[in-house]
Amino acid sequence: MELLLQQVLAGLANGAIYALMALAVVMIYQAIDHLNFAQGEMATFSTFIAWQVIAWGQPYWLAFAIAVTVSFLGGIVIDRILFRPIHNAPILGQLVAFIALFSILNSVDGEIWNFTIKTFPTPFGREPLFGLRLISTHEAGMIGVTAVILGLLYLFFRGSRLGLAMRAAAANPDSARLVGIRVGWMIALGWGMSAAIGAVGGMLIAPVVFLEPNMMLGVLLYGFTGAVLGGLSSPGGAVAGGFAVGVIENLAGTFIPYFGRDLKLTIALVLITAVLLVRPSGVFGRTVVSRV
Amino acid sequence: MEQNRRQLLIAIGLGGTALLIPGGARAEKKYDVGASDTEIKIGNTGPYSGPASSYSTIWKCEAAFFRMINAQGGINGRKINFLSYDDAYSPPKTVEQVRKLVESDEVLFLFNTAGTPTNTAIHKYMNAKKVPHLLLATGATKWGDPEHFPWTIGFQPNYQSEGQIYASYILEKHPGGKIGVLYQNDDYGKDYVKGLKDGLGAKAKSMIVMEAPYETTDPTVDSQMVNLKSSGADIFYNVTISKFAAQVIRKAAEIGWKPVHILNNVATSVGITLKPAGLENSKGILSTFWYKDPTDPTWKDDAGYKQWLAFMDKDYPEGDKTDNINAYAYCAAQTLVQVLKQCGDDLTRANLMKQVANLHDLELPMLLPGIKVNTSPTNFYPIKQMQMARFDGERWVLFGPVITGEVSG
Amino acid sequence: MTMPSREATEPLGTARRAAAISRPGARYLSIGAAIAVALVLPSVATNFVIFQLTLVMVYGLAILGLNLLTGFNGQFSLGHSAFYGIGAYTTAILMDKIDLAYYWTLPCSGAVCFLVGVVFGLPALRLQGLYLALASFALAAALPQILKFQPLEPLTGGVQGIVLIKPDAPAGLPLNPDQWLYYFTLAVLLVMLAGAANLVNSRTGRALMAIRDHPIAAAAMGINTALYKTLTFGLSALYTGIAGTLGAIAVQFVAPDSFTFFLSISFLVGLVIGGVASIPGCLVGGLFVLYVPNLAERVSTGLAGAIYGCIMLLVIFVMPSGAAGLVRFARAFATARPAR
Repeated sequence: MELLLQQVLAGLANGAIYALMALAVVMIYQAIDHLNFAQGEMATFSTFIAWQVIAWGQPYWLAFAIAVTVSFLGGIVIDRILFRPIHNAPILGQLVAFIALFSILNSVDGEIWNFTIKTFPTPFGREPLFGLRLISTHEAGMIGVTAVILGLLYLFFRGSRLGLAMRAAAANPDSARLVGIRVGWMIALGWGMSAAIGAVGGMLIAPVVFLEPNMMLGVLLYGFTGAVLGGLSSPGGAVAGGFAVGVIENLAGTFIPYFGRDLKLTIALVLITAVLLVRPSGVFGRTVVSRV
Repeated sequence: MEQNRRQLLIAIGLGGTALLIPGGARAEKKYDVGASDTEIKIGNTGPYSGPASSYSTIWKCEAAFFRMINAQGGINGRKINFLSYDDAYSPPKTVEQVRKLVESDEVLFLFNTAGTPTNTAIHKYMNAKKVPHLLLATGATKWGDPEHFPWTIGFQPNYQSEGQIYASYILEKHPGGKIGVLYQNDDYGKDYVKGLKDGLGAKAKSMIVMEAPYETTDPTVDSQMVNLKSSGADIFYNVTISKFAAQVIRKAAEIGWKPVHILNNVATSVGITLKPAGLENSKGILSTFWYKDPTDPTWKDDAGYKQWLAFMDKDYPEGDKTDNINAYAYCAAQTLVQVLKQCGDDLTRANLMKQVANLHDLELPMLLPGIKVNTSPTNFYPIKQMQMARFDGERWVLFGPVITGEVSG
Repeated sequence: MTMPSREATEPLGTARRAAAISRPGARYLSIGAAIAVALVLPSVATNFVIFQLTLVMVYGLAILGLNLLTGFNGQFSLGHSAFYGIGAYTTAILMDKIDLAYYWTLPCSGAVCFLVGVVFGLPALRLQGLYLALASFALAAALPQILKFQPLEPLTGGVQGIVLIKPDAPAGLPLNPDQWLYYFTLAVLLVMLAGAANLVNSRTGRALMAIRDHPIAAAAMGINTALYKTLTFGLSALYTGIAGTLGAIAVQFVAPDSFTFFLSISFLVGLVIGGVASIPGCLVGGLFVLYVPNLAERVSTGLAGAIYGCIMLLVIFVMPSGAAGLVRFARAFATARPAR
């Protein structure tokens, strides 16, 4: 029983990482209808910036703020410069542009900051939470931050004019233009927010997995999985999906006899694919009904 | 009178003939493709991109070392031309790059190519083409097989030998213990595990209570750690590379698990692995060494260490001096230089193999005292000796004798 | 997310007009010239270049497989590295364990991959767009782990992989193994290309494209979308699997980590660069995927990835529909004028 609890909590802690990434992925998806392959690399780059600022002697919160701001602006810049010109290109072409961005960022990270792992500080400390050795304060902090960001996003989208405008631009760009919404800038804003969330995610993940250019490789894999499992139209779903992936994988690895240990990843993916077959738009996703 | 003239003629004749013989006592210069009066071309592949790219410092360090040698005049007057290509740790790419090096760039030989599956992919090719495949950067056991693969020779103590050393230690000091194993799910990880199991022999089945693999794409190994702790193991055989090793050491402390912790030699760097993991958390960890850890204050005034430090400062300043893998690279490069020196002017591939199989008690500045490089036509394991060490919270403290690893081939 | 419909069919429409205007003879002439060049190349190129060109053909064939599914049928797959790997391993196991001749392994691995493709394609019918992408991606990500699975080790060789021997030319032919494999691959490639071209220009091909562009309309017209989509999955897997077979023989080695999802990404890049829904474009894609990373590395080892990415971006900016799109555009531009 204790093992089950520990694995579930470890899964939730990992899941928080995936959830943050999934959230960033869904944010962009909502804006531009694409999966951003380079999400992880953008987050890594942001985290490196923060690390550099700290290495130059500045306090953590300043580095945090700088990284988030730079990421937000960077996201907007990437959209304006890179994706605006090709937004009429075939979808697959845009996908390759994302892959190119991934390649560029990964390579630049390695060149500037080399490949040895670096420690990244955490504002939450690493003590065992409440003295119990089930979960550390940092991991609890991650889960907390994810929840807070999700809450803020909910309020933003449901309760603010700008949020409404963004939703309109994503749902029906043409109609949105007709009512005066600058759809192009709404998309850019979506990019910026997604990049910023990614940056926060990166800075929370780095203390756990250590900072290095390939830090996000595995995380992005699971993040996508979580986002799709939860449903790409639902930020809350994506977060839930991320947590679910973390827990499923841990439980599969622990409790399934014979296959579990060696085929942890495979089993998790099989389960998720199975779920998708039952709910083809993700667990919480809205099925889009298209008029013929 | 006739006698004198004849003698004079004979003397002139002999003298003239002697002048005509071109320095007959001096050896001829012999070259295979890739070598010339001015240059020795060396090929290499390794992961400069992809998940294994943290090792790329090895070849950057070696390139720097060769640059230093060239600045000092080269080897027997010839400059080293070191061509190193990225294979992203992918065997098909390795095959392509190696064929390029051998067939297109026409290198004399390959040096310190990285990885087991990658080297496996080119193993047959190199031997079929009769191109020396020297001092591989992998600890797999199968590279020391001169009978079947006479053109391939490894370098470092192989993983299985290391595993067997740990097994002997466990049998001696903790014969009743329960072992939990965490290993990377690839050739390197499995080789280490095999070494342990072979060393434990009949007791392997009863002593090993859990084997937990992980993939390099796993973001964390927390789940495996939780399982290992709950399996009741009190000995932990940790076969991970530095990024995961750091996570693992820290996690063990976090979940309050304090087994006898044996860490593979690959991840022992104080600066790169133990510091991020937490020096306090790393106290008591055991491992083996065959070269000096640069962060160990024991070597502060050691001549060999100072030599390495001077090299790093001058020729490879962007290299991390706390990463002991740069000491590894230094040893490998120096071994090669010794081999090349021994070749003299006979830079044929055959002679290269002859000389690489002809290293006797070679001492290198960064090898631990008592450890030497030795090869012979029947012994293709240049370095077989290791010494155990324990981390005391600050540095690795060597203990016990220098052990010669048993080759299990 | 909808698959490329407008953007892709427009150029096809233009191409059809262009083809109708330009003589069909010209097309056959260019194909013939290309084949002639391909036949002559090994006599002037070094073994290494022949090896590289063999790989170009292999990747081109793999990309063709992906093209059939994604370009012509609109089903998004990120899992083709799995089919490639399954084809490669089928061949390796057959050659290694039962000493089957390499040419017999082709139909075997083709059959195996077709089956796997169909088995995967059936449940895939329920998934659209990115959800299908993820499911296929799951397959690609899981394959290395399955190949490394301990109990399967006696068959797959586990992490050590399987080493193969390159076949010699059949008795009598004065060709070295590299040259022989080049011609063998070329022959297989030509057959598969012809088959694909035939399929695409037939009723079946039009049905596939109709499913891609307007699945509902296609179904309303009486096209059995489920059947076609599933069979296309199988066929696509067959093509990529055979490419895997040829690749395994060329490289003479298979190992689990040779077939990661990064390979799938490479195929996708090749598909786009060559031109979605273009059959000759696949070879351009193969060339790109093999040579451009090498080019990038030559410029700078450390920033090779960045340079590769920049080249990719440049291509997308300049020719968003890939090389084939550029050719269509050029041809349409050149032939449109007389019509005025």
